[in-house]
Amino acid sequence: MSKYETVIGLEIHTELLTKSKIFCGCTTEFGGDPNSHCCPVCLGLPGALPVMNQQAIEYAVSAGLALNCRIPRYNKFDRKNYFYPDLPKAYQISQFDLPICVDGFVEYELEGERLRAGITRAHLEEEAGKSVHSGNSILGSDFSLMDYNRSGIPLIEIVTEPDLRSPAQARSFLEQLKSILEYTKVSDCKMQEGSLRCDANVSLRPVGSLELGTKVEIKNLNSFKAIERALEYEVHRQAQVYDQGGRIVQETRAWDDVAGITVTMRSKEESHDYRYFPDPDLVPIEIDAHWVERLTDALPELPLAKKQRFIESYGLSDYEAGVLTASQDFALFFEQTVAEYQNGKDVANWLMGEFSKLLNNARITITDTQVTPRQLAELLMTIDKGLISGTQGKEVLSAMFTSGLNPSVIIKDKGMQQISDSQALAGVVDQILADNPKEFERLQQGNEKLLGFFVGQVMKETKGKANPQVVNQIISERLRELS
Amino acid sequence: MISKEQVKRVADLARLVLTESEMLQQQQDLNQILDAADRLKSVNTTDIEPTAHAIPLTNVTRDDLVVEGLSKNDAVKNGPEVTKGYFKVPQIME
Amino acid sequence: MELYQYTARQLQQCLSDNEVTSEMIVNSFLAQIERVEQEIGAFITVTADQALEAAKESDIRRRRNELVSPWDGIPIAVKDNMSTKGIKTTCGSKILANYVPPYDGTVIRKLKAAGLPLLGKTNLDEFAMGSSTENSAFAKTCNPVNWAKVPGGSSGGSAAAVAGYEAPWSLGSDTGGSIRQPASFCGLIGLKPTYGLVSRYGLVAYASSFDQIGPLGRSVEDVADLMNIISGYDQLDSTSVNRDCPNYAAALTGDIKGLRIGLPKEYFAQGLNDAVKAAIMAAVDKLVAAGAVVEEVSLPMTEYAIETYYLITSAEASSNLARYDGVRYGLRVADEDSITMFKSTRSAGFGPEVKRRIMLGTYALSTGYYDAYYKKAQQVRTLMRREFAEAFAKVDILITPTTPTTAFGFGEKKNSLEMYLSDIYTVTVNLAGVPALSMPVGKDQEHLPIGMQLIGQHFAEEALLNTAYTLEQVKLKEGCVHE
Repeated sequence: MSKYETVIGLEIHTELLTKSKIFCGCTTEFGGDPNSHCCPVCLGLPGALPVMNQQAIEYAVSAGLALNCRIPRYNKFDRKNYFYPDLPKAYQISQFDLPICVDGFVEYELEGERLRAGITRAHLEEEAGKSVHSGNSILGSDFSLMDYNRSGIPLIEIVTEPDLRSPAQARSFLEQLKSILEYTKVSDCKMQEGSLRCDANVSLRPVGSLELGTKVEIKNLNSFKAIERALEYEVHRQAQVYDQGGRIVQETRAWDDVAGITVTMRSKEESHDYRYFPDPDLVPIEIDAHWVERLTDALPELPLAKKQRFIESYGLSDYEAGVLTASQDFALFFEQTVAEYQNGKDVANWLMGEFSKLLNNARITITDTQVTPRQLAELLMTIDKGLISGTQGKEVLSAMFTSGLNPSVIIKDKGMQQISDSQALAGVVDQILADNPKEFERLQQGNEKLLGFFVGQVMKETKGKANPQVVNQIISERLRELS
Repeated sequence: MISKEQVKRVADLARLVLTESEMLQQQQDLNQILDAADRLKSVNTTDIEPTAHAIPLTNVTRDDLVVEGLSKNDAVKNGPEVTKGYFKVPQIME
Repeated sequence: MELYQYTARQLQQCLSDNEVTSEMIVNSFLAQIERVEQEIGAFITVTADQALEAAKESDIRRRRNELVSPWDGIPIAVKDNMSTKGIKTTCGSKILANYVPPYDGTVIRKLKAAGLPLLGKTNLDEFAMGSSTENSAFAKTCNPVNWAKVPGGSSGGSAAAVAGYEAPWSLGSDTGGSIRQPASFCGLIGLKPTYGLVSRYGLVAYASSFDQIGPLGRSVEDVADLMNIISGYDQLDSTSVNRDCPNYAAALTGDIKGLRIGLPKEYFAQGLNDAVKAAIMAAVDKLVAAGAVVEEVSLPMTEYAIETYYLITSAEASSNLARYDGVRYGLRVADEDSITMFKSTRSAGFGPEVKRRIMLGTYALSTGYYDAYYKKAQQVRTLMRREFAEAFAKVDILITPTTPTTAFGFGEKKNSLEMYLSDIYTVTVNLAGVPALSMPVGKDQEHLPIGMQLIGQHFAEEALLNTAYTLEQVKLKEGCVHE
């Protein structure tokens, strides 16, 4: 047991899913030729003025409500002044002292335990442009190239309380937060495209101490794995410094994912003086109880609640319910399938097994598949009726996956209809027993392995259509008759 | 009195470099106007809300509609240095 | 009389009587520009070709009876801080010397939509910061009334163009008196509209919560007509007020019976030139003779107006002018890294007055000084707004001198504070966001025009214009021509 307690707080930036940018009508579409999604406003041309996107306000409030935040009656916009080539106006429009959401919390689970982390605030702001560096990194580059397509995409910055006590907690919390934001449909949370980003504040303190230690901010955390690794590294580093009698300096460090270490970016002395002041170009937003109520009513069932319901309604295990509800689309597909085919456990097995394998191989998500919940339900019913075998079912699903056709069509097409009629099969079985007398004799003597041989021969003869269980039954009957 | 060091720090924040004589002039001018500004201290402003807007308005928003922006040529037309449609800048120091 | 000597109303009459064409009018003004521009220096850019082309198009429309407005074909000059697509917009600054905007501001679009040919872009103090147009990086503008005197500022070029008969009317912008003071110095009528009445979209920002575009002309009717063209709600400006605009020309009835005029005693105190005071009082007497009643009022916060104004406007300016960093447009002074490039560019691109205000504003917003300077000034601003509201509970309009003195000579104001103090009567109006008009009411010993300021409550432009019109008519009856 370590003698230090880890204290972690996170700052999460997530892009909102509006069609147009926060202060202008430019598209928020990802990619595009450099500087092709720009206008006077998001390029910061002299004389251009911002006008607030109504949907950005609504998404921010919805996110806040999903994070159990309070929505104050007034929020306003401030300018955060600093110079950087990716910041067209040399100030970022953000919210300083009156953010749109305050005082929330997120419940999450780790190793079967339910935990809670406080949300200090969530505020709206605008995204900066993107720089392409001539070298591998900013510092190693002689020059950089600026693309302002991203400039002005709406963001919310979510700030947590220093409530996380381990890197694993930070990761689980973040996974839960991502899931909530996805459920609420305010953000696509694609970390690889940068639409979800995270900075962490880490400090250690002696176990039992209430005072917070000196914190270090870590930036450049681009995946869940990076976050956990960077935090583990940093916790270890700080513990070592303390063990050697040193002290931690308040600073910003960057995570180097290749080297697996954090390195100093800037010290506190070099920190900025942002000179926040109310943006005179934008007016305050007043959100009344009626507006909050409307958005509260529109909130979907959130991941943890859905998981609990799945366990109770469908008899799923904690693990199964967790996997199925990690994505809202997956959970929806599950429920739509269960509506047609009542055995939830079976549906869960198929979705988490064969179906997921097919999705992974094709590198698509469940929303992109051609297979409908109704088709999956039909397939499972066909197997239940013994019309095809489970093994054949996998083959049929794979074909459904590529063609989008109904299982019945595929089964017919492939001539797969299983022969379960024992009278029809008896003839074939007897013929094969007669054709292979030596093997039959050994089977009679108790060589069980030869049972498989005969089933295989029957399957071959029937081109795989024989119901193996029925074949087994007939052979067993013949053995009994002879003994 | 605002010191020369403070003037330099402010110039730095504003991304300006001042020559020695500009520095002295700025220091003098700033002190003059700040001396005058100190007179505001005598005004009682307890519980007075600050005015950020000359006309009080709330909830001015636009619908989330995509509007055609500038062509990519127009977007970079005024760029002092443009490469392959990007604005080029010298090395960025953190 | 030559066409260039006509007011816009007179030109409108000639056009509708088919006595002249727009092309003839534009040619007349271009010839006058050719004659006097060398001495006056009102323009930074003369757009002769575009003006002639627009005039010819207007003439075609007239022949086809397809006029787009009652003012179709009457040319105009515009201050060079309004974004004009394809026409250089310099703001009188080296940093924008070669900037050609890819878009038209809203007011420019309105001028085009009304069929007004643009004669050119007029000179100004760099980024509208100044009271004499001496801060322009490009040219000296002389007062057409007396070439040894400044035309006032910052809209000195717009005033000089009209006073010098280089344009029938023009647009300026007013942050602390920049329309009214040059109107006063050049013997014109200039109106600073209520904040939010005219769109700021495309007006290059100096101090966003103060800036307003407004008209300058030689007759009250012209100013009222120009207000009809440029005012109105704009979705691109969040601070634009969504209300129906009256027909300002229809408000010119010449009837002011019962109008309550307030004379704020603080505006007639020490420092006011005797000739100016006498001229104002004589004008007030004429208004009383026309049926107005007069009483003394008090605006004690006026004492703090200059400091309050400079703290807030400089703070906003320091942020508004941060975008000139040499990355996307304007001047770039090459340097080895981005930060030094920013510094070299900005240091070479801005003139001394602009740097002074950026410095003051940066200081007033920085950590440790925000509350003492910026916030304090904003609170005092609240008190000033209240004081105006209280005065307007008692009277309909306030009458004050526009400036303490008539036009001063070049280089006469030795330091910045002395220059700032010449704005003492105009800045309170912008702090409160109310409208104000300056009109000529006589001349001093040097035959320099004396300006009188009429201040109204929010959206009281009609009362201001009608009062000015009444006085103008009285003077015309007395045999004075347009000054």
